[in-house]
Amino acid sequence: MVPLSHYLLIGAALFSIGIVGLFLNRKNVITILMCIELILLAVNINFVAFSHFLNDLGGQIFVFFVLTIAASEVAVGLAILMAFYRLRRSINVEDLNTLQG
Amino acid sequence: MLESIFFYLFGGLATIGALLVVLSRNPMHSVMWLIFCFFNAAGLFFLLDAEFIGIITILIYVGAVMVLFIFVIIMLEVNVARMREGFLHHLPLGGMIAMLVFIEMASAGFSGVFSAEQMGTAVHLGQEVNNTAEIGKELYTHYLLGFELAAIILLAALVGSVVLTIRSRKDAKYQNIPAQIAVKKSDRLRKVRM
Repeated sequence: MVPLSHYLLIGAALFSIGIVGLFLNRKNVITILMCIELILLAVNINFVAFSHFLNDLGGQIFVFFVLTIAASEVAVGLAILMAFYRLRRSINVEDLNTLQG
Repeated sequence: MLESIFFYLFGGLATIGALLVVLSRNPMHSVMWLIFCFFNAAGLFFLLDAEFIGIITILIYVGAVMVLFIFVIIMLEVNVARMREGFLHHLPLGGMIAMLVFIEMASAGFSGVFSAEQMGTAVHLGQEVNNTAEIGKELYTHYLLGFELAAIILLAALVGSVVLTIRSRKDAKYQNIPAQIAVKKSDRLRKVRM
């Protein structure tokens, strides 16, 4: 049997890899969105692991809500990216500075 | 024993996939590795008796979200070389912060509170327990408000992404609905004496 701490270790590893990705790929919006997906996946793994070991279905329900937020965030983020690409022909984060005061 | 083997297989492959998502040069390769990572995470969910979550992870993430990513990458002409500028420049800071986070979370996980002696090893539910039906019972009773709010959020995201990407052409003929409604009988009808 696999103890809970090993699942938590996998979750921690995926979470930290997501954070490293945010720092390394800070020029590329698409990869930033993918790193956010990785972080949310780590959260989901922790939720489901606790749900299994505490014998409580609430954790699995919360995975639904996380999934909903992740899907809508990606949809809106990629839509903004498309709109920006039409305007500037580029999706580099450094070109995303029109809103600065 | 078999469960442990599969756990380490899925967990290790998911971690390797996540690393390659971050390190890949080409965004398309990143998407493929992310799909790989999601499949292995779904395997972990299956090991945790959460069949429904595992299946919707594959269906929603791989089937919908990742396809959306692929579409956007295909449609946009991405200058990969410029994206990679300063790739290693932020590695020391980012690596340090991520290592700190990892050490903190791992030490919390292995502090003994979540060990097998404290939490016990959860027994696997038998075949007679239907995970999907149990989730449905819980979701439509205790979490009904959250369910409705999630529906509203999805609707808002749907409308928002359509509004952001719609592009109306000037030369196309569109219905002008307020003008149509405001039309009077006298605007269209003229009586002539024959």
